[in-house]
Amino acid sequence: MNAQLLLGLADDELVIGWRDSEWTGIAPMLEEDVAFSSIAQNEIGHARAVYELLTDDADTLAFDRPPDEYRCAPLVELHLLDWAHTIARRWLYEVADEIRITALMADVPVAAKINREEAYHRMHAEMWRVRLRGEPRFQEAVRELWPYALGVLEPGQRAELAARVGLDEVEAVERGTHDDSFTALHEEMTIVRRSAPAGAQW
Amino acid sequence: MTAEQVWAAFEEIPDPEIPVVSLVDLGVIRSVDVHDGHVRVEFTPTFLGCPALEVMKRALEESVRGLGAEPQVQVVNDDSWGTDKITPEGREKLRAAGFAPPAPRLVQLQSQVHRCPYCGSTETKLENLFGPTPCRSLRYCTSCRQPFEQFKTI
Repeated sequence: MNAQLLLGLADDELVIGWRDSEWTGIAPMLEEDVAFSSIAQNEIGHARAVYELLTDDADTLAFDRPPDEYRCAPLVELHLLDWAHTIARRWLYEVADEIRITALMADVPVAAKINREEAYHRMHAEMWRVRLRGEPRFQEAVRELWPYALGVLEPGQRAELAARVGLDEVEAVERGTHDDSFTALHEEMTIVRRSAPAGAQW
Repeated sequence: MTAEQVWAAFEEIPDPEIPVVSLVDLGVIRSVDVHDGHVRVEFTPTFLGCPALEVMKRALEESVRGLGAEPQVQVVNDDSWGTDKITPEGREKLRAAGFAPPAPRLVQLQSQVHRCPYCGSTETKLENLFGPTPCRSLRYCTSCRQPFEQFKTI
């Protein structure tokens, strides 16, 4: 199995988990505080399971690398400040993630387990897509994030994503670069680890 | 010591988040091997992000030590656990405690019927796909006007 591909998957799940958790307490309705917190918890659990395929200590891989060694797709890093973009990202990410996870299931046993849990993320994202699809702000957000969504997948899987989403393939925003918001996120993500290298106790 | 004794001890370990069911009821213990004072246990997580995982692992280790043996608990992150692994006894305990037990996976894929654990009515509606822990959804019964937690089928 391609280690870089698995590292990219794990980093995506870790970082989208962090970004989704930013809605905890400030989502538009209480149900979404709960939903985003729960989804974030699942995604970070998936990240841990995939890191453990690559190393014995998931925390080392998750938190001890400098920012430029993370392989996450720019889509998951974006620091989004409105609900339309947040839902557009959740939906695009889940459609892309399903394509990638199901392709891994034959070779990576934990992928099938992740897929069972993701079914609920997909239902949640689809429910919101149906609810917002007539809204110009949501449509604009999907168009804006579309090149980023393509960058989640390897080139060979992008045509399937385009068919499922119903948009034409465009030039993707590829993995390998990070913007300033990721540096800030990395600072926040690693602060406990850096302040208590021997392991924090509560 | 026999594997049966170890299984019997594990039946006494409650799930940390839904203590009405034991880890055996939940179906998360895949195998127990007893060999020369060592007990090797294969254990599968329910949800990968479940924070109760470490608590369950420690409880299994303590239980084995309590029997005077040395534990080796192996967490198996494969696809072998699903809610179909919850035992019939476990399902009944969940229902009695007000948690709607998960529908069998095959049934869930073909129908969207969810039964109220209090009155048995199928006139229930989804309030939130997500709940207080990753394994639960929130529903509301329009027959007896009671909110309830639904164990998700996975």
